[in-house]
Amino acid sequence: MEFKFEGKVKTLSLVLMAIGVIALAGGFLTDTSDHHQRWWANLLVNGFFYFAIALGALFFYALQYAAEVGWSAYIKRMFEAMFAYIPIGGAVILIVLLAGQFHLHHLYHWMDGSLYHEFLMPDGSFSDTMEAGAAMNPNYDEIIANKSAYLGGWFYWLRTIIYLATFIIFARLFRKWSLQEDVEGGTVIHYKMYRRSALFLVFFAVFSSTLSWDWIMSIDTHWFSTLFGWYVFSGMWVSCMIFTLVILLWLRSKGHFSEMNQSHVHDLAKWMFAISMLWSYLWFSQFMLIWYSDIPEEVTYFVTRFSDYKVPYLVMFFINFAVPFYVMIARDAKRNVNLILPVAVLIFVGHFVDVYLLVIPGTMFNHNVFGWMEVGMFLGFFGLFLFVTLTRLSKAPLIPVNHPFLQESKDLNF
Amino acid sequence: MQREAAIREPLILGNKSYKDITDDVVGPIEGAAPRTWKILVTLTGLVAFYGVGCILYLLGTGIGVWGLNKTVGWAWDITNFVWWVGIGHAGTLISAVLLLFRQKWRMAINRSAEAMTIFAVIMAAIFPGIHMGRIWVGYWVFPLPNQFGSLWVNFNSPLLWDVFAISTYFSVSLVFWYIGLVPDFATIRDRMVKPLPKKIYGILSFGWSGRAKNWTRFEEVSLVLAGIATPLVFSVHSIVSMDFATSVIPGWHTTIFPPYFVSGAVFSGFAMVQTLLLIMRKTMKLESYIHIKHIEYMNIVIIVTGSIVGVAYLTELFISWYSGVEYESYAFINRFSGPYSWAYWIMMTCNVITPQLYWFKKLRRSLTVTFILSIVVNIGMWFERYVIIVTSLHRDYNPSSWGEFHATTIDIGIFIGTLGIFFTLFLLFARFFPVLALNELKSILKSSGENYKKIDNHHH
Repeated sequence: MEFKFEGKVKTLSLVLMAIGVIALAGGFLTDTSDHHQRWWANLLVNGFFYFAIALGALFFYALQYAAEVGWSAYIKRMFEAMFAYIPIGGAVILIVLLAGQFHLHHLYHWMDGSLYHEFLMPDGSFSDTMEAGAAMNPNYDEIIANKSAYLGGWFYWLRTIIYLATFIIFARLFRKWSLQEDVEGGTVIHYKMYRRSALFLVFFAVFSSTLSWDWIMSIDTHWFSTLFGWYVFSGMWVSCMIFTLVILLWLRSKGHFSEMNQSHVHDLAKWMFAISMLWSYLWFSQFMLIWYSDIPEEVTYFVTRFSDYKVPYLVMFFINFAVPFYVMIARDAKRNVNLILPVAVLIFVGHFVDVYLLVIPGTMFNHNVFGWMEVGMFLGFFGLFLFVTLTRLSKAPLIPVNHPFLQESKDLNF
Repeated sequence: MQREAAIREPLILGNKSYKDITDDVVGPIEGAAPRTWKILVTLTGLVAFYGVGCILYLLGTGIGVWGLNKTVGWAWDITNFVWWVGIGHAGTLISAVLLLFRQKWRMAINRSAEAMTIFAVIMAAIFPGIHMGRIWVGYWVFPLPNQFGSLWVNFNSPLLWDVFAISTYFSVSLVFWYIGLVPDFATIRDRMVKPLPKKIYGILSFGWSGRAKNWTRFEEVSLVLAGIATPLVFSVHSIVSMDFATSVIPGWHTTIFPPYFVSGAVFSGFAMVQTLLLIMRKTMKLESYIHIKHIEYMNIVIIVTGSIVGVAYLTELFISWYSGVEYESYAFINRFSGPYSWAYWIMMTCNVITPQLYWFKKLRRSLTVTFILSIVVNIGMWFERYVIIVTSLHRDYNPSSWGEFHATTIDIGIFIGTLGIFFTLFLLFARFFPVLALNELKSILKSSGENYKKIDNHHH
């Protein structure tokens, strides 16, 4: 059965994208912050949030193959549709990073080349050694200078390119093989995907941490936390599960995925619940250990969030943890669409705010403004993500024909 | 009934019927003890006896008989404690988490893994117990009113959280294990001829009748316990890690500790399960139930958790440099190049490098390789805790108090002793308990048994 991307939902996604364009253009013109810092920061937030959902889909897809999962075979096209957004999301991030490199904004403090050298020469150039006529460089930052091998040079760019290239290549191959399986059948392609998925997960295990250091953690350049990568990863995973569940429920209500039964819904809701708990566990571990030890190098991160962003930060944690915990813990709740939908929408926004608060405190400090631009960009990128996902979904049969676990998935009942 | 995909390997090999399963599992309990069992239990019993002697000597003399000194105040004691708690993670992970994930292969291994978990947690509890020196006031770890002689416990201390976390974990694991045993005890009761054993197994089986009502409740309570036990799998080792991570000691204080300890615990737990089951399946002729596919699955868990641990090691190492904190960097430089670098490299080799051999299908399906690597992993995981504890402590902020730790014979004796006690308990379990969840196994015979799968595939 085919899915046609048309009618109301297409209009909706186009309208959302139009809102996004207005928010981007209007926001840029009206943004009075230095170097349009606020505009760029929000572009990074949205760029990363939706990229992360797509990457989460690629991860989850590979996980299904590597772990020989049966139940999800029936809905696997949904993940293929979502990871189609990876190149676009990657491009948005790339634009933000390039703009930073050319000093159109200073989201990344370490991109300022004047931090790395201890001395200033009379002609305005920098020097690492004390030469005749050299003065102390007032911008010199010893901590950042010591990170120069990792941050301030070509290696950073090489990594970013490698991450994006790896994800795009795997995403394209998985999709190609998946469509090929529809035609050819057999188990050869299935086993190939099993092996390649395991390989992808190896790359992902490393890159999911390092990219979150590179793109997000380095905003608070002095700060560091070993758990940070896994924390960001759990956020991308849960956002992906929420989006998947909601869109599948909508598609089912329109008569697509007609054999998706309550057990599938239950399983997806379990993932949403479980990864919400994983995220909460990691949030708490990181926060509690830093709070308990109270070391100046680390605690500044939470001091900022607890002083200038106290209400949104704590409300965000409360919503993302307590709402799924209390509402979704019961078995029946995970099968009840009327409960799933409000919780899903709420924590989807909650996890957006999480990403927002990963970026904003280190870029807007204590003079942040939240207004229509933020809302408009969030909606606009949502429209774009929806548009890309549903377009991809309409390009191939919704149900994979020759997947070896297809019957097992259709029979799912517990 | 949900039909399993044709490409899935069967979980029960051979032409087994329901009765065969009962015979295969209960048979060894009914017969006389085999010679090998008697020899093994004598050997492990002697080692256990020696360990108990060392413990009594320690209690009579004081913890000065360990090699601890004023710089290295924690060494083998806490290393052993964490090592044993870690091993105690596989059982509940298999029974609870894999139940939630509907992994049917767990049914062949959950019973013995849970037993192992319980024995491992008991071994772990010995160490903080005797570390107190005055074990007769051991109840002071509980928040009791001051009239009992203690001062009110310190709720800010992760060591107290440990008391709660581990006792909760132990209780839930024990109940979970026992609930699973009830129907199997009833099966043994019904087969026993001799009156005394029949009576004993009758009491143990709590009057199980096997009616549909019994089974419904059994399944409900299993799911509820799985739900309770899953967060416990995470909480126990997270809290153990907080014993270290809440401090301000470089090498101890790092935020990745909780999830990384959990992963390491599952890693070492599965390795110990492999060590035990490879021997058990052979001596008790259970190869049809715990076959190469089960071993392969467990090896995959080992490579995944081992690699997660590897990522965590490298993350710590990298961030120690990235942080720019001098003490933090030094702690790690000292780890891989200081006086204890041999321990660090043993840890790296055993935990990160050798498990990568399991990328080769041939190796992860080889019994010999699995057996050797299961021991290698447990050596590696012991050294991981040793590295974290001893190398982080032996050079503290004040170079004039730098020192080293040297284990005494009592340190070694008690550790070896706990191995003896552990294996003795496991052997007793294997002799008198149904080592496979036989009634649960019967539930998958028709969907995953080799003979049934053949017929099924033929029809379609």
